[in-house]
Amino acid sequence: MDHDHEHRDGKPGHSEPGGIQARVRALETILTEKGLVDPRALDRIVDAFETKIGPRNGARIVARAWSDPEFEVRLLADATEAANSMGFSSPVGAHLIAVENTPETHNLVVCTLCSCYPWEVLGLPPVWYKSAPYRSRAVMEPRAVLAEFGVALPPDTQIRVWDSTAETRFLVVPMRPPGTQGWSEERLADLVTRDSMIGTGLAKSP
Amino acid sequence: MTSLDAAFLGLPREAEGPVFREPWEAQTFALTLALHRAGVFPWSEWAAMLAEEIKRAQAAGDPDTGATYYRHWQATLERMIVAKGLSNARTIDRYSSAWAQAAHRTPHGTPIELAPKDF
Repeated sequence: MDHDHEHRDGKPGHSEPGGIQARVRALETILTEKGLVDPRALDRIVDAFETKIGPRNGARIVARAWSDPEFEVRLLADATEAANSMGFSSPVGAHLIAVENTPETHNLVVCTLCSCYPWEVLGLPPVWYKSAPYRSRAVMEPRAVLAEFGVALPPDTQIRVWDSTAETRFLVVPMRPPGTQGWSEERLADLVTRDSMIGTGLAKSP
Repeated sequence: MTSLDAAFLGLPREAEGPVFREPWEAQTFALTLALHRAGVFPWSEWAAMLAEEIKRAQAAGDPDTGATYYRHWQATLERMIVAKGLSNARTIDRYSSAWAQAAHRTPHGTPIELAPKDF
């Protein structure tokens, strides 16, 4: 066999015939032959994550919470239900908790063990969220991490770090920027960035 | 975020980049979700196994910057499939070699299809 065509995966000591692409295809073939997966269902999953599920969903939730005090109460009481009511539910049945930023408290979300993340409202996590430096430093020195993201908080603002699990995921509700009175939900949603809902950013100012 | 930040942070950064960087990342992700939906494993079991795989890779020298994340994902999926008795390591290796062979004999730009002669 011509080894130029193999994709080495760079893990010394691991013999993995075929390279990563061939290995993924192998699993798909094996599982399809067993009738455990349907290739069309796989395409639908990929399509949903590439085109429908993303931080725009979370931004709409935050914008509604900013605009509708009753919804805000519901969101903070039971975010799973509030997100469901807008058509967003966890693909893996995880519980969603919304944590609200205030002048006194800033919330920051991490998954120290792997990459648990509220897919239904934020899509799939960015690479840095999955990296060892973020996973460890967010807990040990959150203020320094925030500073590196360009977020400078007043010294008396407390930072709460939330560690996600397979069952429990967190959505940060950032503070509504001043100067946005009377804005529509749609316009407000444009101010809500992905990072502001992880806690590594603030909502954009108009 | 600017690339300047990324340079002195040591944190890998990206803007709103593509969800999956390569098709195989999307495929291993979708396979896992499909198996979970088929009731093969609860998500908590998946997360625990993935965390273990990441820790193991890190101990073996993986820089764990997030760039190799879906490789860990794929390794976890292989382990899960074996653990649940859906296949075994030998079969997975055999099919992988066959797919590599199919890719090798297929001219560039043509869809790769697995044939009995690849095994």
